[in-house]
Amino acid sequence: MVFYFTALITVGTASYAVFSKNITRCAFSLLYSFFGMAVLYGLLSADFVAVVQLMIYVGGILVLLLFAVMLTGNIELAANSNKTASRWLGYPLGMVIFVLLVSVFLRVPWGKSAVQAYLPTIRAIGESFLGRLLLPFEFLSIVLLAVVIGAVVIVRNRNVCNASEEEEST
Amino acid sequence: MNALADFIINSLGLSGLSAELVMLLLVVAVAAAVFGIGMTISGLLTLAERRVAGRIQSRIGPNRVGPFGLLQWLVDGLKLIMKEDVVPHDADPHMFRMAPYLVVVGVFAAFASLPFGQLLIASDLNVGILYLLAITSLVTVGVLMSGWASNNKWSMIGGIRAAAQIVSYEIPTALSVASIILISGTLSMQGIINEQGGWPWQWYIFYNPFTFAVFFLYFTAALAEGNRIPFDLPEAESELVSGYNTEYSGMRFAGFFLAEFANIYLMSAIATTLFFGGWQIPGVTPEQQAGSLVLQITGMVVFMSKSAVGCFVVIWIRWTLPRLRIDQLMSLCYKYLIPLSFVCLGGNAIYLLIFPKPSSANTLVHMITTLFGGVLIVIFVTRVMYHHRISGVSLDLNFLARGEKGKYNPETQVRAYGSFRKKYEKKQGAK
Repeated sequence: MVFYFTALITVGTASYAVFSKNITRCAFSLLYSFFGMAVLYGLLSADFVAVVQLMIYVGGILVLLLFAVMLTGNIELAANSNKTASRWLGYPLGMVIFVLLVSVFLRVPWGKSAVQAYLPTIRAIGESFLGRLLLPFEFLSIVLLAVVIGAVVIVRNRNVCNASEEEEST
Repeated sequence: MNALADFIINSLGLSGLSAELVMLLLVVAVAAAVFGIGMTISGLLTLAERRVAGRIQSRIGPNRVGPFGLLQWLVDGLKLIMKEDVVPHDADPHMFRMAPYLVVVGVFAAFASLPFGQLLIASDLNVGILYLLAITSLVTVGVLMSGWASNNKWSMIGGIRAAAQIVSYEIPTALSVASIILISGTLSMQGIINEQGGWPWQWYIFYNPFTFAVFFLYFTAALAEGNRIPFDLPEAESELVSGYNTEYSGMRFAGFFLAEFANIYLMSAIATTLFFGGWQIPGVTPEQQAGSLVLQITGMVVFMSKSAVGCFVVIWIRWTLPRLRIDQLMSLCYKYLIPLSFVCLGGNAIYLLIFPKPSSANTLVHMITTLFGGVLIVIFVTRVMYHHRISGVSLDLNFLARGEKGKYNPETQVRAYGSFRKKYEKKQGAK
């Protein structure tokens, strides 16, 4: 029962985010979608994943998204926001992906696992990160480091430009 | 809580749908209890704030409703409930109404995993501390939403400042919490307390010099996350009216207000859990405590009084320090707090490499750090006493003083209260 309620909220708000014309409301409705997903992870007894979903998506990505949305110009105008850029490309692409997903959904033999108690997963996750999956884990951290350095480089260049402009103006 | 639910369901011999219903009812009951406790604590804190502020500013504060003014917060709440709920004409009505709920839910949901006592915890999650860090991110979104939906420049700036501040200061908070997790080896709140002991040298704040520094980092970052002075830029009255909650009235405003005070308690309670041994009583092991009701209640009182001291310090800081500028705030976070918390995290890791297990050398480090902390406190107290002596002002820490005892003293520009009043009158008589 809890599952269906949460799933309804998740799917409903996600579709609102897609179909609404008001881009700020779209961004805010994603909050409920992310939150619903965290609850679904919790129901699947993946406590760590649920909490991390909240932390990363709600606390990080959503806030950044909101900043980006609020910094775009003329968002007050409904016509200006969330333009349907290219219908003739969008509809076929959506249909193809939908068909692909449905065919995969029908082909996979969905096994039902035995009912398990809500067991802690965090120790298993930690051990596999630092044991079996150490190489991918370290590789990911290198990728993230590269991202951070890239962001710093981009911001730094702009700052240098601004500083020189300020010097010229003064 | 699960144990309680199992007990009730098994003793009633329920199964299937009825068992699920009982479980649901129990969840609702526990949630209501947690919410009630949280509301009471934050209500009392609003009163404490006003009384302490009064004492710091040489005035009395609210003391008329109930003994010592203890019922003031209930009256304030009633007043706010009865006020009109105004939604501005140009506001986005749905988002405007929704935002206070998000803020309240974000703060009060965190109360669910606060360990008030050894057995008194709504849900001892095994990702407890991570959950606390995660669920409070709802507040960020709520604040941004209120700022945006109000359709008001000040609210907008306040909301964006709040979000930027919370997102930035989440990093040093999480890093300082990570140092403690490294030592305790568990994320569960009860687990972290169980790893500590009752005496000060068994607390994590005095575990080693790095954790001593981590506590101050955590405290500063948590102050900034809770939008408290000196980091209260989102609601800076002199520039932003009152920031993101300018347009709110009645109970919706009270939602923001109570959430802010609940956040003060939350940060003190987390600090108590992580650094000050939680409900551990000196000289009593957790096993002994588990068996006795008296010790359980004592443990609860210990936890509450430790976090009350934390709340007092937060309020004290608010009425002592001026506000920072936004660029100072950001440079404090990114240039000082984050590198320092990385240094502390690394230092803790190296320390744990050198002393992986409890040993006598380890105990020596705890003792030296405790001694250092004690010396710092002694220096602080003697300095305060020295300045008090040279200022020639009578000092009275009686925060519950009744109004009738207050008497204005034109010579020292302060009021003489309570026990000091007698001395003061004696002096006047002698003259």
